[in-house]
Amino acid sequence: MHELSLAGGIVRVVEDAAAREGFARVSQLRLEAGALAGVDTRALRFALEASTPGTCLEGAEIVIEEPAGTAWCLRCAVSVPILARTDACPQCGGHQLQPTGGTELRVLDLIVHDDQTTGAATDAR
Amino acid sequence: MCVVCGCASPDPHHPHGHEHGHDTRHGHAHTHEHGHAHHDHAHEYATQPVGSVGAEHVAVNPATGDLHYGAGSARVSVPGMSQARAIKIEEDVLGANNRIAAQNRAHFASHGVVAYNLVSSPGSGKTTLLCATIEALKQRAPGRAVAVIEGDQQTSHDADRIRATGAPAIQINTGKGCHLDAPMVAEAFGRLDLHDHAHGHDHHHADEAGSHEPGARPPEAGRAPLGGRAAVTGSPGGPILFIENVGNLVCPALWDLGEAAKIAILSVTEGEDKPLKYPDMFAAARLMVLNKTDLLPHLDFDVAQCIDYARRVNPGIEVLLVSAKSGAGMDAWLDWLLQGPEDTATPSPTEAALRQRIAELEAKLAAAGLQG
Repeated sequence: MHELSLAGGIVRVVEDAAAREGFARVSQLRLEAGALAGVDTRALRFALEASTPGTCLEGAEIVIEEPAGTAWCLRCAVSVPILARTDACPQCGGHQLQPTGGTELRVLDLIVHDDQTTGAATDAR
Repeated sequence: MCVVCGCASPDPHHPHGHEHGHDTRHGHAHTHEHGHAHHDHAHEYATQPVGSVGAEHVAVNPATGDLHYGAGSARVSVPGMSQARAIKIEEDVLGANNRIAAQNRAHFASHGVVAYNLVSSPGSGKTTLLCATIEALKQRAPGRAVAVIEGDQQTSHDADRIRATGAPAIQINTGKGCHLDAPMVAEAFGRLDLHDHAHGHDHHHADEAGSHEPGARPPEAGRAPLGGRAAVTGSPGGPILFIENVGNLVCPALWDLGEAAKIAILSVTEGEDKPLKYPDMFAAARLMVLNKTDLLPHLDFDVAQCIDYARRVNPGIEVLLVSAKSGAGMDAWLDWLLQGPEDTATPSPTEAALRQRIAELEAKLAAAGLQG
């Protein structure tokens, strides 16, 4: 449910960028939503599709990178991969884990155009 | 169709294989024609064109000084045609909220307020616990100001219940919203008696600019340090602000409101595996309060198992067992609230700081390992 709020935040970040960089439309938006970021990427994609019409993001391809979760095991003193916050350390089976990666929720970059119209390349898709 | 070469490739980024030398002349003219003011902006802000130096789609070979105008996403520069540009943003999606939350944190600190964000599923007994807490605080710490911000989708029932205890309360109705956010709390805090009472101090006030628009205000010198742990906990004897979030164990986990700590309230009627089912919330909370413990004799709820589950997702989480109805455990709960999360933390602040430091160093090592 909160993905709709997050989509609003993403649109805002992009529109702020449009205001300062002077572009008219975005053909690709690349996001990063880590495995431990608390975000359902399907819901986020749906929310973005619902909230971008009428903005410079209308029709943009949405790429969502999903960095895997990593955590520091306090017991083993090593970095281990985890899929979810509830996972145990794959080495010792313990739960003394401090997530170190996969909590990112960021707008990475954009491919933008100065012209308003959608290009032929996009139409051909 | 590709706009650049007219071929049928559906991929607009496919390489065109033009000679670089051929592109250079056209590309240069194009850059100046359509350059706008991007170059300057790129220096003012953190955003930089990707893979280019100076102009949007020009790559410079550092060894030879050769210019590559085909480095843009279209792989070629065409006079008179708008070039696709890649813009690096690297901005936190919750950045706008987090900036307001940092202002709230500074604002609370400037009023000596310690703020707690109470999160739980609907029906865990948050409001009943708050009413009992306010009554108990009247005995335990008379004169200590308490105020409540209530979040619900609809109705002011909860704020009415709090006001009946004599404590000031502001109800926030989120409508369709599933969580409180930092601007809502900023607005509500400005309307509390707690806030008025403490005013007149010589502090930099976040509200005075009249705008809570994220990013509208640049960071100013002289403002109270944002986000520092020392600034988080209110002054001894300072007002306590309870923010009762919308009953929801999912969304409020992500939104920082500027609180000193999130407190997850779990009633024993809910099942001991809630921490595993909603790990993000229990990972974000400093304290888990197991409420309605007076009902334990009638239930199969396994307290030890529940605590074990909570510590699986958050090894440092503290746990208190409370019954707002019978009063059991209320003393320990009041101790925790009055001392503030900094002093009562089971993983001591030093240990927490060390863990944080370890996590940061580990993240840096991992990043360095990837690059090297």
